Amino acid sequence: MAITPKIAMRDVKKSFGEKVVLDGVTLTVNPGESLVIIGGSGTGKSVTLKCILGLIKPDEGSIQIDGKETTDLNARERDELMHKFGMLFQGGALFDSLRVWQNIAFGLIQGQHMNPKDAHDIAIQKLAQVGLKPQVADLFPAELSGGMQKRVALARAIATKPDIIFFDEPTTGLDPIMADVINDLIVDCVKDLGATALSITHDMHSARKIADHVAMIYAGKIIWYGKVAELDHSGNPYVDQFIHGRAEGPIGK
Amino acid sequence: MSDKTAPALNGSLLLDMCQGVGHSILKSLQSIGVMSIFVGKSIVHVFTPPWYPKLLLRQIIDIGYYSLPVVGMTAIFTGMVLALQSYTGFTRFNAESAIAGVVALSVTRELAPVLAGLMVAGRIGASIAAEIGTMRVTEQIDALTTLSVNPYKYLIVPRIVAGTLMLPALVLIADIIGIYGGYIVSIYTLGFSEGSYLTQTWDILEFNDVFSGLVKAAAFGFVVTIMGCYHGFNSDRGAQGVGAATTYAVVSASILILISNFLLTKVFFQ
Repeated sequence: MAITPKIAMRDVKKSFGEKVVLDGVTLTVNPGESLVIIGGSGTGKSVTLKCILGLIKPDEGSIQIDGKETTDLNARERDELMHKFGMLFQGGALFDSLRVWQNIAFGLIQGQHMNPKDAHDIAIQKLAQVGLKPQVADLFPAELSGGMQKRVALARAIATKPDIIFFDEPTTGLDPIMADVINDLIVDCVKDLGATALSITHDMHSARKIADHVAMIYAGKIIWYGKVAELDHSGNPYVDQFIHGRAEGPIGK
Repeated sequence: MSDKTAPALNGSLLLDMCQGVGHSILKSLQSIGVMSIFVGKSIVHVFTPPWYPKLLLRQIIDIGYYSLPVVGMTAIFTGMVLALQSYTGFTRFNAESAIAGVVALSVTRELAPVLAGLMVAGRIGASIAAEIGTMRVTEQIDALTTLSVNPYKYLIVPRIVAGTLMLPALVLIADIIGIYGGYIVSIYTLGFSEGSYLTQTWDILEFNDVFSGLVKAAAFGFVVTIMGCYHGFNSDRGAQGVGAATTYAVVSASILILISNFLLTKVFFQ
């Protein structure tokens, strides 16, 4: 009866040396849902994302993708699982030795062994989807502005038609208008693919725009979870302080 | 009162010192462990598909072909200096005829592989560490993983294979250029006869002299590229992190070259 969640984290813990970063994170994301994790810098947002992606191995706890445990996968099963994922990195993380179209087609050519000509066509199509002209395809990432790099990175993240897309601070470092453009693109792309989305951000405007549900992380724990509409009357002093950006409150400096 | 506190103070000082020593020993053991795992993993990935022949070719050109001028210059001047220096020494004993042999043996056995290795450590080790370090810092390595491409196979394998294959080729060329450097000085400034210099060179050189140099070169090529990859791959954040990774890569590669040179010499000539 109950649907299998796309992502289910249970009691995930991770420490670096003596520093506890995740102190028992429990979180579920249902298929087709867009969850945004909000929280201050250094509260464990990025580590949560990297644990799900398998870039960091958690010390304890379980992470299931489509009901399948992923914390004990071997390298080959992990590669297989990666086909389901798309990721938009904070700084774009475009490969600067490759041209724009090669970046977008990278997952198709290297990961899925598509022939370069077909992959090139798809890359041009994805460029159009993020509002860029085909001429951009032959440039190198260093020749693009920050906003254009973000768009190309988004095109790369959606090119392999992933099941689950992760967005790491998608609007950080962009001007307000470009940030809104990216937010719109994210909403459109996720809807278009029918994908499940998990984002982390501290930009509340962005969170309200792209989220169905919001979870707030503080000191390595999820301290609030709810629908985006409930955000303004959560009754949680931490959430209130964060969404209004107040210096005073339960979250110390 | 001072009598009472003094031993306690001494005790804590001693404890602090022991702690400091223990800490650094543990830390260095840990980094040796991490490095060994990295090297082992990299070697396993060399022998398992998928391979990236295009990337390998690019590294072969970068590490092999583009290092030729640097290695060639090093070799020719080393050969020339060797001839000059041994001449000043050997004339005292009327042993000028040994110059050709000294040049040929020193170049092929020691100087070409070691100096080429050190030059390549500066040229290639540094650039590998800086490139991979920057990729680490800008999350490009994580991006590779999320696009289902194994960073070991894509970044590290082409570099260590190219380094291990190309350094022997470079050293073989350096052998020839180095001996030629000695030849030029001997013929044109020291007044040797061309024929006898070349005959003396041929007579003294054995297969093992050149071969040992090439084996050393392969080992140095591996050391330089794996150190560049390791330090780049584990680079700390920021420009400072990448800078430090580059320094560590060159320094550790240079020291390992000198150590492994001694060990390999012991194996070959004892």
